[in-house]
Amino acid sequence: MTVADTVSRPTPGPSRDYRFPAFERLTLANELSLIVAPVSKLPIATVVVLVDAGAAADPEGREGVALLMARTLAEGTERSDGALLAERFERLGTALDSTADWDSATVRITVTTERLPAALTLLAEVIREPSFPEREVERLKQERLAELLQQRTEPRGLADDMFGKFAYAAGSRYALPDGGTESTVESVDRDTVRAFYEARYSPSSTTIIVVGDVTADQARVMVADAFGSWVGRTVKPIAVVDRPATTTRMVHVVGKPDAPQSELRVGHVGVPRLHPEYFSIVVMNAILGGLFSSRINLNLREAHAYTYGAFSSFDWRRAAGPFMVSTAVQSDVTGAAVREILLEIDKLRVSGVTDAELTLATSYLDGVFPIRFESTTAIATALASLVSYGLPDDYFDTYRSRIRSVTADHVLQAAREHLRPDALQIVAVGDPAVVREPLEELKVGPILIYDAEGRPAS
Amino acid sequence: MRLPIDTFRLPNGLFVTLSEDHTAPLVAVNLWYHVGSANERAGRTGFAHLFEHMLFQGSANVAANEHFELVQRAGGTLNGSTWLDRTNYFETVPSNQLALALWLEADRMGRLLPAMTQQKLDTQRDVVKNERRWSVDNQPYGTWWEKLPELAFPPDHPFHHSLIGSMEDLTEASLEDVAQFFATYYTPDNAVLSIAGDFEPGDARRLVEEYFGPIPRGTGRPPLPTMDLPPTFGSWRREVVTDAVMLPRLYLAFRSPVFGSTEYYAASVTGAVLGMRRGSRLYRTLVRERQIASEATAFTFDLPKGSDLLVVDVTARPGVEADILEREVATEIDALQASGVESAEVERAVALIETDFVTSMQAAGERADKLSLFATYFGDPSLLNEQVDRYRGVTADQVNAFVRSRLGPDNRVSLLYVPREEEMEREEAANLAATGV
Repeated sequence: MTVADTVSRPTPGPSRDYRFPAFERLTLANELSLIVAPVSKLPIATVVVLVDAGAAADPEGREGVALLMARTLAEGTERSDGALLAERFERLGTALDSTADWDSATVRITVTTERLPAALTLLAEVIREPSFPEREVERLKQERLAELLQQRTEPRGLADDMFGKFAYAAGSRYALPDGGTESTVESVDRDTVRAFYEARYSPSSTTIIVVGDVTADQARVMVADAFGSWVGRTVKPIAVVDRPATTTRMVHVVGKPDAPQSELRVGHVGVPRLHPEYFSIVVMNAILGGLFSSRINLNLREAHAYTYGAFSSFDWRRAAGPFMVSTAVQSDVTGAAVREILLEIDKLRVSGVTDAELTLATSYLDGVFPIRFESTTAIATALASLVSYGLPDDYFDTYRSRIRSVTADHVLQAAREHLRPDALQIVAVGDPAVVREPLEELKVGPILIYDAEGRPAS
Repeated sequence: MRLPIDTFRLPNGLFVTLSEDHTAPLVAVNLWYHVGSANERAGRTGFAHLFEHMLFQGSANVAANEHFELVQRAGGTLNGSTWLDRTNYFETVPSNQLALALWLEADRMGRLLPAMTQQKLDTQRDVVKNERRWSVDNQPYGTWWEKLPELAFPPDHPFHHSLIGSMEDLTEASLEDVAQFFATYYTPDNAVLSIAGDFEPGDARRLVEEYFGPIPRGTGRPPLPTMDLPPTFGSWRREVVTDAVMLPRLYLAFRSPVFGSTEYYAASVTGAVLGMRRGSRLYRTLVRERQIASEATAFTFDLPKGSDLLVVDVTARPGVEADILEREVATEIDALQASGVESAEVERAVALIETDFVTSMQAAGERADKLSLFATYFGDPSLLNEQVDRYRGVTADQVNAFVRSRLGPDNRVSLLYVPREEEMEREEAANLAATGV
C-alpha cells in the first residue's frame, strides 16, 4: 500500500578481487621453517610457533603431557622464573598463549610492530631454554585436574569427552580427552614433561609464522637472530589409531540428575583432513548442520524449538577425527530430538540436496572467504594449518574455486559414503529418569547408562 | 592509529557513522538501538532479548529466517545481541553486497510488524527458554549473571532485573508487547547505523537515504527512572549460593565510575592490574604463589549511566573451601588498598589493553560496533580514536585514588558459590556438634 513496501531487493554489483595474503617460506640452516606474510593494515604482528608436538604424540599412559608441556613453556626458562617471564612479555603489551591441540603445539603472541624484535627474542628464550620448574609443573597439573573436576558438572565439555570415549576403540589416543584423564594426568611429572620436550621440540619440527606489519627480510633477520643457533634432534612421525569402538549403533546416557536439558552428541568416526573428498564433505556438512539455515538447525530450532541451536561438524585432524551432531535440548524432548537428527541424516543420504541448498552452502563458503582473514591471528592460524596438515602452498588460492566446483551429486556421494547411520553413537548427558524411556522407545540401539565419570551405572 | 570517521544524520533522526578502509573487499554494517533490558516494563523481564530473536523472523519483504539465508548466501556473517542498555544487529558482507545488508536492516526497522505472527512468537519464546536453560540453568555458576546485578542494583533500578528473563515472564510476552516495543524503541531516531570497510561514501549515503529515509521518526522513548546511585554500596552485601558446582567461586563487585568518565579509565586499568593475564596481581599471588585459586580475572561491565561495576572473579583450587577463598581474595584487595599500585603495574596493564584494542580494530565488524557504541552513548563516534590516549594518560596516582575510594569494605557485593557437597558436609558437621553425638 505504501510506496516503501515496493522497494525491491537490491542486486549486487561486480565483486572485487581478493587474494589470500602472499607469503614466503624458507628454511634456516638448522632446519627451522619460517613463513612470513607481510600485512600492513595496522602496526601489529602475530607470531605463531608451531611445533609437531600435539596430543597425538602423548606416550601411552601419560596422556595430557603434550598440553602440560605447552603450558609449561610459559612457566620458566634458564634465565627467568614464570612470574618474571609473564612480566617481561606483558610489559611489551603481549602475553603468551601456549596450548596443544591433537596435531601440534602452538605458542602465539600478538604485539605492536615496534616491540616485535624484543618479543621475538623473548619467545626464543621460552622455546629454546625451558627450565620445567618442578613447582610450576605440579601446579599446572593440579590446574588440569581442577578442569577435569569442573567438567563433571559442565555438560558440554563432558558430552564431548564422553563422545570420544564411546566412539573410538580403547587404545586409540582419540578415545581420551586431548588434555588427558585424571589418572593419566596424575602420572605425569617434571621428568615426563622434560622427556616429551626433548623428544618433540626441535628446529626441524618447528615452524615460525610471522604475519603483520613487517617485510619478509625483516622477519627473516629477526627470526634468524633469535632461533638460528638452536640445535635439536630429529623428531619421529606419529601414527594415530583412529579405529571405531564399535560398528553397532548404541545409545549412551551419562547421568546428570535433574538436568533441565540433555546435551546430545550423535556421530561416529569421520575422515582424516587430507581426504580427497574434503570439499564435498565440507559442503555436505554445511547443508546438514554447518550453517544457521542448515537442515538440522532449521528443524530442531526453528520448526520444533527443541533447542537454542543445533549443528554438525567434522573435526579435522591428521587421522580420522569425529563427525558429530551437537545440540542441547530440553530434557522432555530428548527422544524426539534424537529421532529428528537421525531422520535428517537418513534424508540427506536418500534424496540428496536441492540446488537452492547447494548454492547457499557454496556461495556462503566462497563469499565469506575474505572475511575469515581480517586479522593477523586468523591469517597465521590458517598458515599453521597448511604446515600441520601438509597442504600445498596454493591451497588458499584454489580454495574458492574448489568449493564452487562441488555439485549436488558430489554432496549426495559424500553423504552416502561418510554418514553412516548404523554406526552412530548417540550420547546424551542428562537426567536418566527423564530420558531413558523415550530413548528406549526410539528402538535405535541398546541403551547404556553411566555416571559423570563414565563408569557404568545400573 | 587513527581511523577516518565521517557522520551525518537523516531528517528522521537516524545517526550514521562511516569509516572507510579499502584493504579488503568487505564491509560491516552495524545498528545499535538504544534499548535493552533496562527498558523492559515490570513483568516482562527478558523481553528485549526475545524481541531481538523476533527481528530474525522476517519483515514485510523478507520471510522468516530469510534474513540469515540472504546474508549467508551473499557470503556474509551476521548476528545480534542484547545488553542492559542497547541491542545491536550486525552483518559483515563482501563489499558488493552492502546494499543488501542495508536493505535488510531497513526493511525490519521500517516494516517489521506485518511479518509477526503468534506462531513465530511461540517458537522463539521456546527457543529463548532453551537459551536460558543452556546458558544459565544447566551451566555451573550460570546464575551469577542474573544474581550479581540483582545484588548490585536496587530493586527499582533499571539494571536490577534479569536480562535473559524469567520463564514466567517469557511465557507472558504477547504479540501486542511486540507491537508496542517496536513502535516505541525501534525507530530511526533511537538508532545509530555504522558502516565500516570497503565502500564509497557517496554510494553508502545514497543507499542509506533511499532505504532508511522514508522510515518515520518515533514519538520519543519514555524516560527511564533515575539511574543515579551513590558512589559506594555503603556496606559489604554478601550472598552465598549453594549450587551443583565442583569448586567454590567468588564474584566480588565494586561500584565504579561510569563508562567514558575520566575515572572510568583508572577503574578499567585497576581491573587489568588485578586480573588481566598471568602478570596480574590476583594471578600472581592467588594462583601462582599461594595456589589458593585455579583461575582469577577481573573486568568492568562498561555501563555509561548510573554506576559501572568492577568485578573480580576467582575460582578455588580443589581442597580450598569457600570461606577461605573469600577471605584470601579480600586480603589481596585490602593489601592493594593499603599499599597502592606501582607505576610498573599500570604500564603493564596499559600496554596489554593497547595491544588488545589495536588487535580488535582489525575486524571491520568490531570497528563498526565501537563506532555505534560511542555514537549511541556520547553522540561522538570519534571518541574511538581517543581510547588509546585515554588509557595512556592513566597514572598510578589516578589508579590509587580509585582504589582508595572504591575498593574498601564499604563498597562490596559478593556472590560466593559453594559446592552442594561441601555445604552438605558442613551441615552434617553442624548437626553432629549440635546434638553432641
